[in-house]
Amino acid sequence: MSDNNHQWPIWEVFIQPKNGSAHEHAGSVHAPDGEMALLNARDVYGRRLEGVNMWVVPATAIVASTPEDVGPFFDPANDKMYRWPNYFKTPEGIKQIS
Amino acid sequence: MHFVNRNLANPKQTSNIGMETTLSVEELNKREAEFDAKIAGGKTIEPKDWMPERYRKQLLRMMSQHAHSEVVGMLPEGNWITRAPSLARKAVLLAKVQDEAGHGLYIYSAAETLGMDRSEMIDQLLSGKAKYSSIFNYPTLSWADIGAIGWLVDGAAIVNQTVLAKCSYGPYSRAMLRICKEENFHNKQGYQIMAYLMRGTKEQRDMAQDAMNRFWWPALMMFGPSDTNSPNSADLMKWKVKLHSNDDLRQRFIDRTVPQAEAIGLRIPDDKLKWNESTRHYEFGEINWAEFNQVISGNGPCNKLRMKQRTDAHNNGAWVREAAAAYSAKKAASKK
Amino acid sequence: MILNDALKEYCLRIADNSSILAHRLSEWSGHGPILEEDIAMSNMALDLIGQARGFYSYAATLEGKGRTEDDLAFRRDAREFVNRNLVEQPDHKDFGTAMLRSFLYSCLSYLQFRALMNSKDETISGLSAKAIKEVTYHVRHCGDWVVRLGDGTEESHRRINNSLEELWMYTAELFEQNEVDALLVKEGIAVDLTTLKQDWLNLVDEIFTQAKLTKPAEGGYQSSGGINGMHTEHLGYILAEMQFLPRAYPDAIW
Ligand SMILES: [Fe+2]
Ligand SMILES: [Fe+2]
Repeated sequence: MSDNNHQWPIWEVFIQPKNGSAHEHAGSVHAPDGEMALLNARDVYGRRLEGVNMWVVPATAIVASTPEDVGPFFDPANDKMYRWPNYFKTPEGIKQIS
Repeated sequence: MHFVNRNLANPKQTSNIGMETTLSVEELNKREAEFDAKIAGGKTIEPKDWMPERYRKQLLRMMSQHAHSEVVGMLPEGNWITRAPSLARKAVLLAKVQDEAGHGLYIYSAAETLGMDRSEMIDQLLSGKAKYSSIFNYPTLSWADIGAIGWLVDGAAIVNQTVLAKCSYGPYSRAMLRICKEENFHNKQGYQIMAYLMRGTKEQRDMAQDAMNRFWWPALMMFGPSDTNSPNSADLMKWKVKLHSNDDLRQRFIDRTVPQAEAIGLRIPDDKLKWNESTRHYEFGEINWAEFNQVISGNGPCNKLRMKQRTDAHNNGAWVREAAAAYSAKKAASKK
Repeated sequence: MILNDALKEYCLRIADNSSILAHRLSEWSGHGPILEEDIAMSNMALDLIGQARGFYSYAATLEGKGRTEDDLAFRRDAREFVNRNLVEQPDHKDFGTAMLRSFLYSCLSYLQFRALMNSKDETISGLSAKAIKEVTYHVRHCGDWVVRLGDGTEESHRRINNSLEELWMYTAELFEQNEVDALLVKEGIAVDLTTLKQDWLNLVDEIFTQAKLTKPAEGGYQSSGGINGMHTEHLGYILAEMQFLPRAYPDAIW
């Protein structure tokens, strides 16, 4: 049975839910190439009026970080609170500027 | 901020497939302990996280069975699309059955993150190695069956899936979340069909009651055997893949469905059914587990037909899938 | 023939085409070659059911006898149906035949709705403006498949070529017109189909070239008369199935 059992490669689908917003991962589809991946994505993930634009990406093209990367990738940002605006307290008596 | 739904797109990259053999016993024990602690702490497991081989296998079994059920489940209802009694009903039923194809697709995708291709899962279904929900081996004999399925079968599925949306495996739980959103319409359209039949002609009311009589017990069986006879339950509960026992969920379904039946004048085909004021639950009669076991092992009224229909669709589609792949390969080659 | 009757007949034609083609597509639900395509075929069928409902409803309003969209879909017999014979042709679960049938019809439907968006009748132009988006996608999706199957494997080429040989005899009929068209074209409500024929051929030829398909030679049998109620044997079976419930239980509301 296996030799007639192509299911085509996996594509990840990203949908921009509305004009101006960022693309979000919606799910995946199987397709032999990008054009059909787009059509399939439209049919599978666009059934309930879900967006204005779509990307499809071959699943094999996505490189994901590993669970072991969590520490080195994300922890170093922990002690840099000065990147957040609420780190800065305006001295008393000065009017809030923004 | 939005994170990618599956942190791993290529199932073949799953980190720990086949790794257990290379880990020392101490290392294995340490990882299992970490894994257990993670589950106990309510954390979600993602595809690249280390997981015990048995967790992966049990999940794969459960998820592929679930996906198969969605796809096989299209058949009994699909029977009535071309016979739906109005254009509005036809559109609703077609959209509903189409959603089930989508559910199958979402769950297969989620299962693929565990390292098995969809083609392999489909092979397992068609070769009879993998199971699917016993309910779809019952025939749809009248239009009322479409109401009964949407209301009872999807109703039971909702009870199950709402809980699964909180399960420990990320891709599965996210697929369930999406599915639950779509599932409510299925349940409502089914109940509405029944409600219309019950306020219709005598023939329509009889049709509805007949469907109720045939689908009630099989719907209760959908929750699986009583937990004492459910071989995988303990593991699955420990890993928070299952969060409630089969019996609990069955009770939950009965408690919410009986009043709905009464509201439209349908009789539940169970003489022993009665409300227990002290437990605040319905008591109900004995489920025919012999029948359940027969159906699940391949000897239900429609097992052979359903498998034939899926196999035919798969085989009739082989040349189409091949042609599309061949065309893409040609185009890719000519670009180089 | 008065204008109102002609307009009603014209709406019935569009609605019958949509409804019958939707029936054929929906037979594939649960039987598609791959899950993604199963979903796609249902989407097209759902679009067509929507179109049928819109045009049946308008036909019922124009008729003014209290009939509903469902009366028109479920209580008329085959000789009263005015769809083109192409859409009722069976595909025997051959996916290529299904795609080609939809492609050939959708190309016409696309050109027709595009023209009808400028119809002097506001309901027609409104319904057409909605339908054009749907049909544009059908042309793309089905055209894409015709190309893939035509230029895929040896087997797929042979099969889609057979489908073409079977279906081509129903294409001349797509452009048949009668007194309904004559009247409505004069009033600026309908489009003269003879003006669309070349555009249709261009659309079809473009895809056939990519698909490495050759149109069958001129001169073979061509069916005729769908718009006058002359059908193939297949329509009767479709209606027997489709209309069974409303006819078996005439008093029932579903
Ligand atoms: Fe479902
Ligand atoms: Fe459902």
